[in-house]
Amino acid sequence: MRLAVLLLPSVAYLLVMFVFPFAYGVLLSLAPGARGLSLANYLAFFLDPWQARTIWVTASIAVPNTVVTVLLALIVAYSMRRGIRGERTITAALVLPIALGTVLVAEGINGFYGPKGWLNQALVGLGVPELPRLTHNYTGVMIALFVQHFPFCFLMLLGYISGIDPALEASARVLGAGAWAVFRRVMWPLIAPGVAIAGALVFVMNFGVFPSAVLVGQPAGATRTIAIAAYQQAFEHSDMSMASAIAVVMGGCQLAGLALILVLRRRMAGTGVATMGAGKR
Amino acid sequence: MVTSLAFRLTKRFGAKIVLDDLALEVRGREFVTFLGPSGCGKSTALNLLAGLLPPTAGEIRLDGVRIDGLPPERRGFGMVFQNYALFPHLTVGANVAFGLAVRGLAKAELAPRVRRMLELVRLAGLEDRYPGQLSGGQQQRVAIARALAVEPRLLLLDEPLSNLDAKLRLEMRGEIKRLHAELGLTSIYVTHDQTEALSLSDRIVVLRDGRVVQAGPPAEIHDRPRTLFVADFMGYRNAFPVTVSSAEGDTVVGHARDVTLRGLGVVALAPGTAAVAVVRPEDVEVAPEPAGANVVRGTVRFTEYLGREHGVEVVLGTGQTLMARLPRPVTVGSALALRLPPERVVILPAEDGAR
Repeated sequence: MRLAVLLLPSVAYLLVMFVFPFAYGVLLSLAPGARGLSLANYLAFFLDPWQARTIWVTASIAVPNTVVTVLLALIVAYSMRRGIRGERTITAALVLPIALGTVLVAEGINGFYGPKGWLNQALVGLGVPELPRLTHNYTGVMIALFVQHFPFCFLMLLGYISGIDPALEASARVLGAGAWAVFRRVMWPLIAPGVAIAGALVFVMNFGVFPSAVLVGQPAGATRTIAIAAYQQAFEHSDMSMASAIAVVMGGCQLAGLALILVLRRRMAGTGVATMGAGKR
Repeated sequence: MVTSLAFRLTKRFGAKIVLDDLALEVRGREFVTFLGPSGCGKSTALNLLAGLLPPTAGEIRLDGVRIDGLPPERRGFGMVFQNYALFPHLTVGANVAFGLAVRGLAKAELAPRVRRMLELVRLAGLEDRYPGQLSGGQQQRVAIARALAVEPRLLLLDEPLSNLDAKLRLEMRGEIKRLHAELGLTSIYVTHDQTEALSLSDRIVVLRDGRVVQAGPPAEIHDRPRTLFVADFMGYRNAFPVTVSSAEGDTVVGHARDVTLRGLGVVALAPGTAAVAVVRPEDVEVAPEPAGANVVRGTVRFTEYLGREHGVEVVLGTGQTLMARLPRPVTVGSALALRLPPERVVILPAEDGAR
């Protein structure tokens, strides 16, 4: 009884802040026109190619971007595992995009990579005839997402990797393992859980891409992501019910991505005990 | 089988000299211990030998062949770490097999060798456990088996017992000694524990600030320290500043204001020089007569019961304190005459900042 009373504030918080809005959204999506429950919104979404293809558009941004971001962050973090000179400066520079926020970063990308940006001006100066088009298209969104999510992923992996006892690597070396064998046989199995978590988070953030897709992408075409579709339903067509349905589809896709990553992770790790990772020594 | 390891190593981190031209020759089957307080460079020396750190200058020769250019994985050494450093994601069997597996040994050959190694460290049958399921002592046995499985040319042990409790430490000390002899290993052991060094080693190398202060067989280090630093490390906790009155052969006589002390001179001392007479609390005894050679008098300030003996702190007339271990209890406040047996007193040159 006493326990229940103590639990009350946190349960109330969860209900008000999470369960209620979520349940409300799901219900709203199932009630077009406020007359009983139906799947009409979902049918409409999946049957309209213009809407349904946003899943594919978003995935074609989110999946490759997640792979590239995680892979590069892993390589850089792994090579910095024993600390390097200027590590704090590098870390601070990397945190900056996170601190500045999406919109400012997008503005910066337009200024640098845009048609009249510094990069193209420099290329003109060098006499390059064909200027690359790096913003207001797929590439622009990829750059923006990478700039925002690489630092996040890198810092997460660096923390994870530098938490692994350096003596493990030392003992593997002395036992005869070269650099690759150390990575493959010792470090990777210990890092993999961290990579899976980082990958899952980057994927979810990528899949929800909105400001970048609008500001440096082509929101009416190549980068019309599912978040844009939901936004348009909500605020251009004032159809909250349909917008909720699209949001639920988006959440479903993100969950599917997470499940896939976790299955892959379990496959790679082999046995169950290996999931204890770096924690147990 | 290794017949000789010779090295001369200097290591600097920036301006800080960690190892200052540490030179040593180790014979095959020898057990050498680097002994010293933390920061003396002993672990750095071991890491340089293993190839885990590059030396600033110097060379390492194994049977005459320079190996200091080789990466650790090509030196063929075994190393045991203080925190075991077992691979947490691998079973005990896979941990022991690790060195053989990276050498490309077939799976079929691995199992019998792993079993033999685990039998050697008395852990047969635990192949399928994970390190996290073992006790500290068992983990260190696995680490030793893992290092020995590759038949190392040289076994390096970096404070392997300091994470274990007292009872296990004693037990594992015996195990290491047995394995070293049984397998004809050449071992270099790093510790700050004088008891471990004394019980295991053929030779002890005492390090201080990256330099060798004394090297020799355990009995020599224990009974004939050449500096106050070594004496202090070896448990000579009582020290009396004296002036040398005479020195003949091994026997040195020193005097202070109200006492004359006869002792062992390990280093040549000229009469008139400032020296320090040192003695272990264990060697101090109750004087049979209140006056005489090497007898000091004082008042008991503090006693503690230690089981087999009684720890006693005595304040001498000069205000100095003397620690003793006595077989019978004494009362705090009582007067006491103590004898410092001349064969147990060592008289050493005074040095600045040594203690």
